[in-house]
Amino acid sequence: MGGAICALGQVLLDTSKLSPPHMLVAFVVAGAILSGLGIYDKLVDFAGAGALIPVSGFGHSIARGSLMEAQRLGVVGLFTGALEFTGLGVTTAVFFGTVIALAATPKP
Amino acid sequence: MVSPGAKKQKADERAKYQRLATSIVPKPPLVRNAIVAFVVGGLICMVGQGVMNVFTSRGMSQDEAVAPTLATMILIGAVLTGLSAYHPIGEFAGAGAAIPITGFANTVVAAAMDFKREGYILGMGAKMFIIAGPVLVYGILSGVLVALIRWLYRG
Repeated sequence: MGGAICALGQVLLDTSKLSPPHMLVAFVVAGAILSGLGIYDKLVDFAGAGALIPVSGFGHSIARGSLMEAQRLGVVGLFTGALEFTGLGVTTAVFFGTVIALAATPKP
Repeated sequence: MVSPGAKKQKADERAKYQRLATSIVPKPPLVRNAIVAFVVGGLICMVGQGVMNVFTSRGMSQDEAVAPTLATMILIGAVLTGLSAYHPIGEFAGAGAAIPITGFANTVVAAAMDFKREGYILGMGAKMFIIAGPVLVYGILSGVLVALIRWLYRG
């Protein structure tokens, strides 16, 4: 499943004029929309990490966290819940990014 | 003042050049690229599933295991980037390396490493999310909008 998502992204890159960042944004938005339609949950049930690790899973997690907290807290939850599941990804990326940037220098 | 005739001729030449250029630029090997992206992306997700299985076998539920799995994958991507090993994978596999969360980690760590020389605040601090930023911005925007619509719709 994860492979299929990546292959789809690659075909998109090769056949359109999208740059990689554009393609990543398209996937994260697509993940959020599929999540809203209830489709992405089924993909996760079916494929586990294969659906969560691609960047579309990131969009899905934001929509899911936001909806979950909205049902619990109301409007405020929309905003507090957005990074419920993905805050971890952002935080670890910043943390490890800093540690490794301090330790390593890019090879020319 | 340039005469309109000369301007038109220039535009014509430019269009001709564009056509020539697009006819010469090699077409990307679509099938080969898609297969490589499929295999590498699939392998990365398989590693992720393996990590997740380790966590669930220690008594975590599927939901609880997601967070530590993603954190582990980010750590793997970050370390590979620090060793300058992720770039060749990306060159080889394209979207197969960019779409998984390890690629997200790679863009953040690579930017942090590259811009360190511009200073820690305005370089590393400001530009760490130079590639990952749009993903966050539009991910959050679309995620919140989708959640809002569903929440209003279902109550």
